[in-house]
Amino acid sequence: MDAFFLQVLNGLDKGSAYALIALGLTLIFGTLGVVNFAHGALFMVGAFVAVTLQRVLNLSIVTLDPDKKDFLGNPLQIQTPYVEAWFGEAAGQAIINWSVPLAILAAIPIMLLIGYVMERGLIRHFYKRPHADQILVTFGLAIVMQEIVKAIFGANPIQTPAPDVLAGVWNLGAWLGLSLPYPSWRIVYFVFAAIIISGVFAFLQFTTFGMVVRAGMADRETVGLLGINIDRRFTLMFGVAAAVAGLAGVMYTPINPPNYHWGMDFLVLSFVVVVVGGMGSLPGAVLAGFLLGILESFASTTWATTTVPGINQIIIYLVAIIILLARPRGLMGRKGVMEE
Amino acid sequence: MFGLDKRDTTLFLFVVAITLLAPFLLNPFPTESALAQFNAGYPDLMQRFVIFGIFAIGFNILFGLTGYLSFGHAAFLGVGSYAAVWMFKLLSFNIIPAIALSIIVAGVFSLAIGYVCLRRSGIYFSILTLAFAQMSFAMAYSVLSNPSFNLTNGETGLQVYASDPQYLKGDGPDLTHLFGLEMNATKTLELGAWEFQFNTGFYVCAVFMIFAFYIAMRIFRSPFGLMLRAIKTNQTRLNYTGINSRPYTLAAFVISGMYAGLAGGLLAATDPLAGAERMQWTASGEVVLMTILGGAGTLLGPILGAAFIKYFENIFSKINDTVLHSWFSFMPESIDNFLVAIIHPFVGKGWHLTLGLMFMLIVIFLPGGLVDGGQRIWNRITGRSRTQNEPVADPKPAE
Repeated sequence: MDAFFLQVLNGLDKGSAYALIALGLTLIFGTLGVVNFAHGALFMVGAFVAVTLQRVLNLSIVTLDPDKKDFLGNPLQIQTPYVEAWFGEAAGQAIINWSVPLAILAAIPIMLLIGYVMERGLIRHFYKRPHADQILVTFGLAIVMQEIVKAIFGANPIQTPAPDVLAGVWNLGAWLGLSLPYPSWRIVYFVFAAIIISGVFAFLQFTTFGMVVRAGMADRETVGLLGINIDRRFTLMFGVAAAVAGLAGVMYTPINPPNYHWGMDFLVLSFVVVVVGGMGSLPGAVLAGFLLGILESFASTTWATTTVPGINQIIIYLVAIIILLARPRGLMGRKGVMEE
Repeated sequence: MFGLDKRDTTLFLFVVAITLLAPFLLNPFPTESALAQFNAGYPDLMQRFVIFGIFAIGFNILFGLTGYLSFGHAAFLGVGSYAAVWMFKLLSFNIIPAIALSIIVAGVFSLAIGYVCLRRSGIYFSILTLAFAQMSFAMAYSVLSNPSFNLTNGETGLQVYASDPQYLKGDGPDLTHLFGLEMNATKTLELGAWEFQFNTGFYVCAVFMIFAFYIAMRIFRSPFGLMLRAIKTNQTRLNYTGINSRPYTLAAFVISGMYAGLAGGLLAATDPLAGAERMQWTASGEVVLMTILGGAGTLLGPILGAAFIKYFENIFSKINDTVLHSWFSFMPESIDNFLVAIIHPFVGKGWHLTLGLMFMLIVIFLPGGLVDGGQRIWNRITGRSRTQNEPVADPKPAE
């Protein structure tokens, strides 16, 4: 029983990442009708916003202490991060320690801006071009983004630890009589993802802006004829989608040290998630994300891998193929969206 | 000649001549000169030109004609390589059975995958093929290399060991050969300051490529090819005419899969090992780029694109800071350092950045590829209005 819940939990945090990326992909596809192969790269860029912030916060003043000597006999160098010098030692260390959650604040405007620039500068010119061209140009953009990050940060994964308070283990099942020690950051990640997802849904469902966007997704032309500048709103939705992917990346860094090819690793799976969920269906993307995440985690158990070796590597693709053959529209796909 | 009209015969003979004379044409700079690093006329690179040329020609039959954008074609190349190496392990180093099997296996494999993927079109098709290719990659990389059933030898890659049975080997050579003709044998011809290399492996691959090109040409000019173009232009209309388009797309898919298998077999024939990284999505992306760059839907385009990409991959990754400094050494040091600092991220290990940028620029500004661009320039010069001799990429998607 414990093992069962443990696998569900494991699946939930991987599924959260899939769901967040797939949500953004679907938003872009539903609003602008563009297949964004660079979405995984946005996730990766978000992760590196966290890395950058961590580096910036660790920028230090170097002072020489003449009383102490290092092992070469030179005066000892003491590095004091600027934040510690400015805010006092305790506050400074706390700020550095909390660099990943703080990166959320930095990531939102940065990712919105990147999304805005991307849409206005590049994607906009591809609305009337065939899907193949959209795929190709965003694919090229993904390579470029990935290589730029590689040129700046190198090819190795970079450790970005969670705050000390959240780096430990919580015993979740204590009140159920189960023993379920689980890394606290992963629980934080799941809760965070749930908040973001509900936030996006609430925004679309309960605000006038969201209502117009939903109307535009259903019938763009009519909304335009009603005198609403739908393009501008869609551009903003692209920014929101980029921000969602970026935040998913920021928060994922303590779980898995980021490296430059993260984007593509997650992209392929997220596409599968979107297709399984049903192209253009936001709830479908979220549902399929969690479903496939949990499925993958169950396939990674020792029992599964000894029965069918390597099943954890291919289970998602297998399920996707079966679903697409049995129900080509995806789990919650709407009629008429991306059909032949 | 050969069932081609006059224009096509000229094009075909042109390709034959270029391919067979490649060792001369690709070696324009004397061996000792500073520009010798731009020469491409050495066996390894020339083999890659023609092998990836075959791969791209095959991909073009699917993408260029039907408009179905497959993002998983490298899987067939990888499967072909594995099949060929298994033939080396079991029979002998003769490349003919190896290549035959790699084409057959890739054909069967693409039939199975195509049957599933072609149920959808447009982006669904792209994503499905991508998923299949990633699945094949994962299978080759880990699933099929467990101790009890080792088909792919995982990370190390499949290679031939001395302990392998090689039932038909007899006294045959220990290297890949074509009925005794060793693939890596190279004859060198020195003419003044130039040195030209003629490699058996290259010529074997070149003959295969010429043959592949000929078949592609016949497909392009056949009623079958016309049907494939019709699918690209307007599939819905075709369906309403009462034509079931799926057998045609499936045939195109399998043909292009077999081309990829042939390329994979030849890769193994020139260097008898096969690794899973050949099946990765980056490899699939590369062949898409080759085809787009050269010009999707044109005959010559894919070959041009393949050669272009492989050449620049080779040249760009060789350039390092020392080379850059030697180029700019005539300038004041500060400017020299500045220029090197600017160019540095794009060369050497940063070649992929250049590749990505090129990818974007081509798709944005030259969707018809190099062939289309060349035609436009040619028409501008001659002052003719654009003639529709070569059907270029049609702006309509597949669905």
